Amino acid sequence: MSNVILETRGLTKHYSGVHALSDANFILHKGEHVAIMGDNGAGKSTFVRQLTGVEQPTRGQIVFDGIEHTFASPIEAREAGIETVFQNLALADDLDVPSNLFLGREKFRIRLGPFSILDKKAMREATTQALIKTGVKIPNLMNTIRNMSGGQRQCVAIARTAAFKSKLVIMDEPTAALGVQETAQVENIIRTLKEAGEPLILISHNMRQVFDLADRIVVFRRGRIVANLRKEETDGQDVVSYITGAKTGAEFEGAT
Amino acid sequence: MAQTSHGIGGLSYDPAKNSRPPELNVLLALVLITTAFELIGRLFMGDSFLFNTRENVDALFNWQRLNIIILQVSIVGIIALGVTQVIISGGIDLSSGSIVGATAMITMSFAQTAIVNGNPNPKAIFGDWAMDLPVLVPVAVGLCCGLIAGLVNGALIAYTRIPPFIATLGMMVFARGLSRWWSNGNPVSFPTEGYAVIGQGMMPVVIFVSLAVLFHLVLNHTKYGKHCYAIGSNEQASRMSGIKVNNHKVLVYTIAGILAALAAVVVSSKNLTAQSGMGMMYELDAIAMAVIGGVSLQGGRGSILGTVLGALIFGVIISGFTFLKLDAYYQEMVKGVIIVGAVVLDQWRQKNRGRG
Repeated sequence: MSNVILETRGLTKHYSGVHALSDANFILHKGEHVAIMGDNGAGKSTFVRQLTGVEQPTRGQIVFDGIEHTFASPIEAREAGIETVFQNLALADDLDVPSNLFLGREKFRIRLGPFSILDKKAMREATTQALIKTGVKIPNLMNTIRNMSGGQRQCVAIARTAAFKSKLVIMDEPTAALGVQETAQVENIIRTLKEAGEPLILISHNMRQVFDLADRIVVFRRGRIVANLRKEETDGQDVVSYITGAKTGAEFEGAT
Repeated sequence: MAQTSHGIGGLSYDPAKNSRPPELNVLLALVLITTAFELIGRLFMGDSFLFNTRENVDALFNWQRLNIIILQVSIVGIIALGVTQVIISGGIDLSSGSIVGATAMITMSFAQTAIVNGNPNPKAIFGDWAMDLPVLVPVAVGLCCGLIAGLVNGALIAYTRIPPFIATLGMMVFARGLSRWWSNGNPVSFPTEGYAVIGQGMMPVVIFVSLAVLFHLVLNHTKYGKHCYAIGSNEQASRMSGIKVNNHKVLVYTIAGILAALAAVVVSSKNLTAQSGMGMMYELDAIAMAVIGGVSLQGGRGSILGTVLGALIFGVIISGFTFLKLDAYYQEMVKGVIIVGAVVLDQWRQKNRGRG
């Protein structure tokens, strides 16, 4: 049994002639936190969209937890164990925290098709567990999300990934819209995930954040993976030169 | 802004935003309006609105008036229950009044009795085969009409993606036309005794209240109810979370259609006749009850309890105006003002609790 949780082989996506992603070979080990960097339009979001089932790749394979998958929808990816925190928060403002955590995956006391009776107590308890696991503190669980700050909302979105037995968490610029304190809170949660051994793919433009949180940095440029750098063996200057294309992927060989 | 710190990194949280349930405000409005009528009655009419003033009757309250207040709103109230779940899930249903008209005409045609006062039924629609059928037949036919109309509404909205306003407007015009065409504009009358029981006396209230309890439970404790709120709150998020939004919408409008049809059965039974103009403006009254009861037209917020209270406010106003011997024109005008007022209040509440 290998310790690889996710591997893509030759993952390629063309949008009517535009090569948004070409031959992406990517490996993520269990318990590893990898940051994906790159300029706008470098292909990192395209890459993530293939992994999460939002889009289907033109070519290439996705092997997740030892099984080759073709995700037809985000729901399929989620069922396989890939939880994503999207840039635009996928939360319902008028629902409380447990309802948001279990949106579309409710727990039931009695199953009666669409009129299945909710097990509110179990969902509330599981929510508390998930919040403890991620270190998120929310004053009142039964409040609607509408009344919460941006940071709290983001925390709820992240706690959602912990409420289920996810095998991989993907975060797409989780702190892009947050203030300094709120960013610190989210980063703390990411550290908690690291301690718990949860593998993570983090998309970020924030160099400090990436060097703080990630074990490894993968750089995308013009639809290709151009660098795969261990944090200890590189620095900000180095990463920037890969992002801008001043340096090309000579060291890329065999770096997994 | 009063703020306290919680959680790692001192996330701000404003406890003042932890607002009281909106139903409380509606209840307050109901009490205020009732008190106003009571005071005006005592001061200007020398009579009480709520309390018994007749000496030959031994009762604290004027039960007759209280009964009328709830009886006169219970038929539209049944529709309002369906409309509430439609609005909560982010839609609107303008067709319910016309569905009442068409369903009443069709249902009554299967509920007729063959002999009226020793003569053949003068309003007979079908031949002898449709006379004196067991009461289950017209009721089943009626509910099927509502089911089909609701199914068409829901399918149009879910699969062609046209706005609910347009889809149900089309159904509204179509169903009204159907109810006129059905018997060339003639009323359909003389139902069987069994059918006449459905809307007799306080039966409409019993039906309305039991359905209200049922739908309160459904909206609060089932997956269906939760998804109504979720879709009305954020349709995109609901879709991404794996909720089958299209199926849900079809179900929502189908249930609304069935409830409108049930209202048609009750109202035609109560009046012992069906007319093509039946249910005119019911859709707007039902929407108004929901809106007055705190159901947000933007979706995601509201409750059955609120709608029931909204219906009671409606009933109190109508009874109050009759009590004060004011013309019906004033009722209409005041109703209009209250509906707009309720929506303005909702908008204003929204703005004031914008995101932190």
